[in-house]
Amino acid sequence: MLEFVLVLAVLGAAVWLVTGPLRQAGIPRAQARELRSATQVEELEAQREAKYREIRDAELDYRVGKLSEEDWRAQDRALRAEAVEILRRLDAARERVGEGEPEA
Amino acid sequence: MGVLGRACLILALGVALYGIAASVYGARARRREWVASGRRAVYALAFLVTVAFVVLEVAFLRSDFSFEVVASHSSTTTPTFYKVTAVWSSQEGSLLLWILLLSLSSSLVLFLTRHRLREVAPWATATLLGFGAFFALLLVAFAPPFGQTATPPLEGAGLNPLLRHPSMMIHPPMLYSGYTLFAVPFAFCVGALIARRLDAEWIRSTRRFTLAAWLFLGVGVLLGARWSYSELGWGGYWAWDPVENASLMPWLTGTAFLHSVMIQERRGMLKVWNASLILATGILAVLGTFLVRSGILDSIHAFGASTLGVPFVAFIGVLIAGSVALVISRRVELRSEHRLDSLLSRESIFLINNLVLVGLCFVIFWGTFFPLIAEALTGKKASVGPPWFDRYTVPLALALVLLSGVGPVVAWRRATLASLRRTLLWPAAAAAVVLVVLVPLGAGDRPLALAMFALAAFVVSVVGQELWRGVRARMAMSEDPVPLALVALVRRNRRRYGGYLVHVGIAILFVGVAASSAFRHARDVRMSPGQTAKVGGYDLRYVKPTAELANEKISLGAVVDVRKDGERVTTLRPTRGFYPSRDVEQFGPIGRYFEGEATSEVGLRAGPTRDLWTAIQPDIQPLMPIIAEGNRRFAQSSGDVQGLVIAAIAARYERRPPPATFRIIVSPLVTWIWVGALIAVGGALIAIWPVGAGARRRATAGYAARVAREIGSARSGPGRPEPARRARARA
Repeated sequence: MLEFVLVLAVLGAAVWLVTGPLRQAGIPRAQARELRSATQVEELEAQREAKYREIRDAELDYRVGKLSEEDWRAQDRALRAEAVEILRRLDAARERVGEGEPEA
Repeated sequence: MGVLGRACLILALGVALYGIAASVYGARARRREWVASGRRAVYALAFLVTVAFVVLEVAFLRSDFSFEVVASHSSTTTPTFYKVTAVWSSQEGSLLLWILLLSLSSSLVLFLTRHRLREVAPWATATLLGFGAFFALLLVAFAPPFGQTATPPLEGAGLNPLLRHPSMMIHPPMLYSGYTLFAVPFAFCVGALIARRLDAEWIRSTRRFTLAAWLFLGVGVLLGARWSYSELGWGGYWAWDPVENASLMPWLTGTAFLHSVMIQERRGMLKVWNASLILATGILAVLGTFLVRSGILDSIHAFGASTLGVPFVAFIGVLIAGSVALVISRRVELRSEHRLDSLLSRESIFLINNLVLVGLCFVIFWGTFFPLIAEALTGKKASVGPPWFDRYTVPLALALVLLSGVGPVVAWRRATLASLRRTLLWPAAAAAVVLVVLVPLGAGDRPLALAMFALAAFVVSVVGQELWRGVRARMAMSEDPVPLALVALVRRNRRRYGGYLVHVGIAILFVGVAASSAFRHARDVRMSPGQTAKVGGYDLRYVKPTAELANEKISLGAVVDVRKDGERVTTLRPTRGFYPSRDVEQFGPIGRYFEGEATSEVGLRAGPTRDLWTAIQPDIQPLMPIIAEGNRRFAQSSGDVQGLVIAAIAARYERRPPPATFRIIVSPLVTWIWVGALIAVGGALIAIWPVGAGARRRATAGYAARVAREIGSARSGPGRPEPARRARARA
């Protein structure tokens, strides 16, 4: 009997857990759009961090003697241009979400 | 509690199937609530499987022999630690462990990415639940762990004696953690392919899971090697056993993926290759489980032929067909965004390293499956032994170590010959010094081992040089003392320097492998007490026999005195443990204690320069007449009396010992295999360790400011980097 009650309890917990989002009211379209833009912001932030890491890596490579100054300058210039492009897209995405630029 | 366990597994199957449907519907109809419900199905799967696992654990701890699996894999005399771990010594329990670890890692990754990868995550959820549904189906229909015995026996069969070793009991959870964690990048890759979101975002989001999978699988492989070395009694740590190979293959492709994926993250290149690599790794992880659990192999690991073969083959077939179809159908989106800038670049080195790793994997795959294919075609069992594997893997391993040294000194995108010459000068000199020193010592007789030593010296000096140059650059910027500059350097570049440390660890590991393979002395010798054998310059004297009755076994062994040039070095005590057979009919009430499974406890003196290793095979034939007499006279006696008889037989062995066979091995530098592995683990932990939120924000803000400045001055290009103090002074 105890085991039967336990099975029912586990079943109830699983059903409650899984159906939670369905029991809530549907997400309004405007909110869904906002969520989509917020996701874009996060993705662009991740891209920006990856680009910064590349810039840092190139600089470290130059400092430890793996890159000549000429090659490093060329790479750095290209990477920074790509970073700037990401920042522009990030600002645009933030405007869509209504989020201000968090970093000066 | 069997009903509760069974109910949980049936519910787990239902929840997994529901979650797949909800995730796919949510993704296609863009209904977030259904996607969220699908994600929660993964959490529910974890909850249900955890309950089932706890029920089984409690049954083992309570020695509840009404469960078939407990009766056949544990006993009342099994120590508590082994009762806990005996769960996964069974077919059913190990599959339950698989799905438990899968559901936990899946829950974690889906929770962490719940606000990201909105288009990819639902498909990844469905894929992870596909794995979950398959294993839940196996547990419900093919290998149920909660089967009941009609009449519970008073005593269980006990745990397989060979598995009574701490590293062997931790080995399966480690391997399975690796396998299931590799399911995470596999699933997100599938999701990215289906959703056509083939940028590097899914790679970044699952990078730590991939690294963790690599780490756990690597530790699992090494624990298996350690167990083989100290428990199996043949003296080696790697035998190219199919089960060992099965765990090594996904580790190799996973290693290749961890390298090549950096190129996709940076340059948007090699997308087809990376997708194929991680899909292959995921499939190889399932294949590894299939090899061990399907009973297809005749190996200690594959104990128990099972009915799992067909479902596993069908599942692997679906995985392969689905993966191939996805990659082919997305070939346009998978096109590279850039081309290689130069053949002399880190990208090129990574590509070659990938080819070597995949080549190694292919050799191992062929060597593992060729006997099965041959048997299927000819009906005769063929075997591929270590010499075959060594012929191909040794040159590839040498190439790999060389590349692990060259890779770190080559810059991304483009390197020049001049800079390469400059950075390779000292490491090449270090390798040359090793050659010059070792050849006169006799290492020249083993050119491959010698090459490995030189290459390892090359790798260690490359990494040392990299660290020193990095520290110097850091000091120029910050004026920190060396230790602080080193810590700051590594903290700011965990992935880079963690990876370098892994390279050092692997190079040291290979030194241990090369030395212990090429320069070991091994001898099988039959000795009576008082006799001496000479092996590798050591004199080993069989001083006296030992006999001991433990709770579950009879241990017959020897005390062996080891001397070198007359000086005492150590005393070794190898033993052979005899576990009782349950077959009283065949072996008799006394004889069964000598006729069951037997295991070796090796006598080992490990050291930084060499290991002294011995195993004993006592000859119990002279005891057989006494055992037979005991069987006749004490068949009806109580257990206590039979125990006294066995003690008397053991004492007789000690008093009048017959000659015993010893395997004696003197093996140099084995310890460095384990030391190298620990260094590699340390490196992986550094690479995997999350950057603190504060540190990330600071770095981001700092670079954001720099990039913002460059918007104005980008046309004129970046300035020469200056030491911070000069910049500050100028300001």
